[in-house]
Amino acid sequence: MLAGGLRADLDEVVHMETANKTVLVVDDDIDFLEQMKLQLEAAGYTVLTAENERQAEQLLLTSQPDLAILDLMMEQMDGGFTLCHHIKKARPNVPVILVTGVTAETGLEFDASTDEERGWVKADALLAKPVRFEQLKRQIDRLMKG
Amino acid sequence: MTDLVKVLIVDDEPGMRLGVERALRHFTVQMPDVDQEVHFATDQAETGEQALEKIEAELPDIILLDHKLPGISGLEVLERIEPKVRAGDTLTIMITAYASLDTAITATKRGAYDFLAKPFTPDELKNAVRKAAGRLVLTRQARRLAAEKRQVRFQFISVVAHELKAPLAAIEGYLNILKDGSAGTDPAAAERMIDRSLIRAQQARKLVTDLLDLTRIEAGTKKRELAELDVTEPARNAIESVAPDAAARGITVQLHAEGPVTMMADRGELEIVLNNLVSNAVKYNRDGGRVDVRLAREGPEVVIAVADTGIGMSAEETQRLFGEFVRIRNEKTRSIMGSGLGLSIIKKLAILYGGDVSVASEPDVGTTFTVRLQADPPEAEATAQDAQTPPAETTYKA
Repeated sequence: MLAGGLRADLDEVVHMETANKTVLVVDDDIDFLEQMKLQLEAAGYTVLTAENERQAEQLLLTSQPDLAILDLMMEQMDGGFTLCHHIKKARPNVPVILVTGVTAETGLEFDASTDEERGWVKADALLAKPVRFEQLKRQIDRLMKG
Repeated sequence: MTDLVKVLIVDDEPGMRLGVERALRHFTVQMPDVDQEVHFATDQAETGEQALEKIEAELPDIILLDHKLPGISGLEVLERIEPKVRAGDTLTIMITAYASLDTAITATKRGAYDFLAKPFTPDELKNAVRKAAGRLVLTRQARRLAAEKRQVRFQFISVVAHELKAPLAAIEGYLNILKDGSAGTDPAAAERMIDRSLIRAQQARKLVTDLLDLTRIEAGTKKRELAELDVTEPARNAIESVAPDAAARGITVQLHAEGPVTMMADRGELEIVLNNLVSNAVKYNRDGGRVDVRLAREGPEVVIAVADTGIGMSAEETQRLFGEFVRIRNEKTRSIMGSGLGLSIIKKLAILYGGDVSVASEPDVGTTFTVRLQADPPEAEATAQDAQTPPAETTYKA
């Protein structure tokens, strides 16, 4: 009984933290979008999805996401970078997480853990695909708090 | 194109070196077959030791090597550079004062390419050099072709790997979510994830099937069995296999043929052509649309025309269409799965039948693919290899 009650309390706490928080996910892979949506919604977020930069820009005109998760490479090779730049310019306070399969494919490593790197990458965090949800969730929690 | 061949003259007699240098200075070799003009640049060495130093510094293409030298002999020089000679990186023409059989045999064993007996005329020299240069140019050409072919293979493999990785990553993602329960316990969500995984698995399987078709056609290893058959049969089978998908989207698929349309063909190959055309016509159609499959005999040709009322393509898109892994990516095609190999397979097969594929399309109106095949294909034993590879490649074998 006690354990069950505690679990329910914790769920409530989780949902209190995430309630009314909106996350924008942009990726050209509809299955990645679906996976992010299912997991983020289960964690209590409201999720907006866009399949390309244009859709994302349109969504940004009408909605106020609290955080954005962008794929680095979309139809335009550097679509994620460009979109990230636009978001940071229009909404400097919205944290942006870039996810990319580019490391696995090209061996190029990007990092956004130092100020210098953040200077040109413009993102608050970079994650390599395949993304583990726990890891993503930790980044989201960290960025939403700050 | 011009090619420069570097010649090293190794002889202790200055008159001899000068004579050879003069004979080759303005000498050119024309090779119209491979569109090459060969020029020569000469360098000289007085002794075997000096020759070895020069060869070590920069490997000449042709070495004119006198046997009788003051220090180490020409044969010894040849022995020291044997690995390079064996690799075909340099050709050696031995110059012998006396036609000595022993020298010739030893030199041949060490990989000498040709001989010149002293005294020789400028024409004899030029003939020997011309022969060696021709051999060199062809070897170089063959290597370049092989390297280009490897390059194309690598690109192809890396695209294949990428195309296979995408569905696998999606399936893996869903399975992980299902396993760790990170999307909650809603059965509807679970079902949705399983459905999406199955769709992506089908996509991966289609890619593998198409790849197998393509490589079999290209390698010419697939045994072709040409027999007289009625094209309406594989056409009916193709229509039947898309029937469930077509019905689900309210698409009417109709066959138009005035009686049997016969030709000499391999049944499997015709099935590949028709299945690809008909399934594309359904895939890229609008809900409630039509697909018309027309079969006809026109003189020596069998014409297969498959018309849809689908999303169509712009002129620019139709131009790119027949390349491998070309998938027209836009808003309208984003949710349609395809391997990007279907049309390149159809094209290869059409060429095999002495025919071709053409496309007419209008955005938002529809697309018609027309495949023309020789009813009596030119060479029953022909493989795709013969049909598409220029003969040049095999004749340059080094």
